[in-house]
Amino acid sequence: MTAALQVQGLNRSFGALHVTRDVDLALERGARRALIGPNGAGKTTLVNLITGVLKPSSGKVVLDGADITATSQAERARRGLARTFQINQLFRGLTVLENICMVIGERDAHNNNMWRSAGAKRVVIDEALDHLDSLRLTEDALKLVRELPYGRQRLVEIAIALAQNPRVLLLDEPAAGVPSSESHLILDVVAALDPDIAILIIEHDMDVVMRFAKQITVMVQGAVFTEGAPAEIMANEDVRAVYLGQETRHGGDGYG
Amino acid sequence: MAASENRPLGASAVDARRRAADYLIRRHYFHWPEALPWLLAVAAYLVFPDRMTFGSQVLIGVMFALSLDLILGYAGIVSLGHAAFFGIGAYTVALGFVSFGWSEPISGVIAGGLVAGLAGVVVGWFILRYRGLTLLMLTIAFAAMLQESGNLRSDITGGYDGLPGLTFDPLFGYFDYDLYGHTNYWYVLIVLAIVFYFVRRNVYSPFGQALTGIRENVRRMHAIGSPVHRRLVTVYAIGAAIAGVAGALFTQTNAYLTLSVFEFDVSAKVMVMLILGGTGRLYGAFIGAVVYIVLEDYFSKLSPTFWQFGIGLLLVLAVLFARRGLLGVVEDAAKYLARRKSS
Repeated sequence: MTAALQVQGLNRSFGALHVTRDVDLALERGARRALIGPNGAGKTTLVNLITGVLKPSSGKVVLDGADITATSQAERARRGLARTFQINQLFRGLTVLENICMVIGERDAHNNNMWRSAGAKRVVIDEALDHLDSLRLTEDALKLVRELPYGRQRLVEIAIALAQNPRVLLLDEPAAGVPSSESHLILDVVAALDPDIAILIIEHDMDVVMRFAKQITVMVQGAVFTEGAPAEIMANEDVRAVYLGQETRHGGDGYG
Repeated sequence: MAASENRPLGASAVDARRRAADYLIRRHYFHWPEALPWLLAVAAYLVFPDRMTFGSQVLIGVMFALSLDLILGYAGIVSLGHAAFFGIGAYTVALGFVSFGWSEPISGVIAGGLVAGLAGVVVGWFILRYRGLTLLMLTIAFAAMLQESGNLRSDITGGYDGLPGLTFDPLFGYFDYDLYGHTNYWYVLIVLAIVFYFVRRNVYSPFGQALTGIRENVRRMHAIGSPVHRRLVTVYAIGAAIAGVAGALFTQTNAYLTLSVFEFDVSAKVMVMLILGGTGRLYGAFIGAVVYIVLEDYFSKLSPTFWQFGIGLLLVLAVLFARRGLLGVVEDAAKYLARRKSS
């Protein structure tokens, strides 16, 4: 069986700085994998390499058996690869509802239409409202994103990725900087997603990791340090030494 | 969709859903205040019947600013070389007449739009890979290159001395141009209305929505799978074509054309008009162009040497106190009045 997402021998350097070293990673269909590691381990860089924001110096990214290493970011997204950003990337001057309609419009290629009104396709609006509803955002549908508090903006960040109907979903610290009421909502929604979607979550909160993940990959200094089931990782002395032993800061500092 | 089935919605949530959907469905409906600029255009004809050549210039300015609003206000493409496409449209008509004796006006306007639009595709395809200052410089460079090329072949273009004596057929072979520019005014107004209808449909369409997405956050647009470059080139070409139509009308209105249409001044002026009026809201182009051109006319009669001071002062005030342009001021005032009425 081909994995939903496979990363083979991925390397990336910025000048002399070798930030991603021979990374191999596979996400089976329906995977629930956490990616952990100290700040600066290269977790976000890996997400950027997988999604095509950055080009690897060497190595391959394979999505559903097809080599996508040379394809654009947008092409990868159209093939079912979605991500959220560690720092919100939203359409701040638009309403929450417009943010989600935008995504559905791109996903289903409605956005090529230059003549019909954007409100003419009722199914798009209804689907967008369903997504908002599952994240308790319906009441805010007509507010501009920039007028929402950060925690609720974070929900929009997640809703955009979910509206892409991805087959592979990469979540970069989805609950970082969010009040606990909303972080629980985010994690509940993610946990309730279609079991066929392969999910990779970067997360610092070990409680979340243990509750959500079936496998864990540990990265240290740009390389995969080890991987295994949560219990194995927790029991691993080396992991404790490099990662769990150190003081973990909840939420990260934006450089993970 | 599963989510809404699992959990019964409260009455307020159902209501919120309906209100949200209604907003999107009705957003593009015609609102009565939108008739105002067109009524004013007709009123101007009745009040100043002997100043209709000037009136045509104002309407052409509105169309030119509208074309920039589409690419700057909606898609967020910063251009200080938009005069290039205005000039291409203008010279398409002028050279068509000089070289081939092409004097039918309506086909001339269409040709001006098509040639400028095509130039927009080619230029846009190259320069829209860049953003910010690099893009800004490239737009300036393109307009300057066109102007210099025209100067090199001044035997064809007439150079800075210009191409005088351009004459065009009566519209539909029937409506001749009169001394007061009445025919021309209606002609330009009708073309503007057609162009405006097209632009309005465009900005309320899903495509227009995608443009605002690119303006608001291009990184996210890439991440959700939007063909950003293709969308930008498309809207750039449309904006270029409309600027070309405005340029073609400019040539036909003035019956005279020089290379100064490519001047940096022209590009800067249209941007000032748009910012003054308000970007990204269609009618900002109307307010900005009318206020700018009328004041320019007024100030330059008041003081032929210092007229730019008045315009400059107005722009400084707009940037300091009315960040959303004069249209923003009007909107705020309308909101304030509505609130006072209801309380």
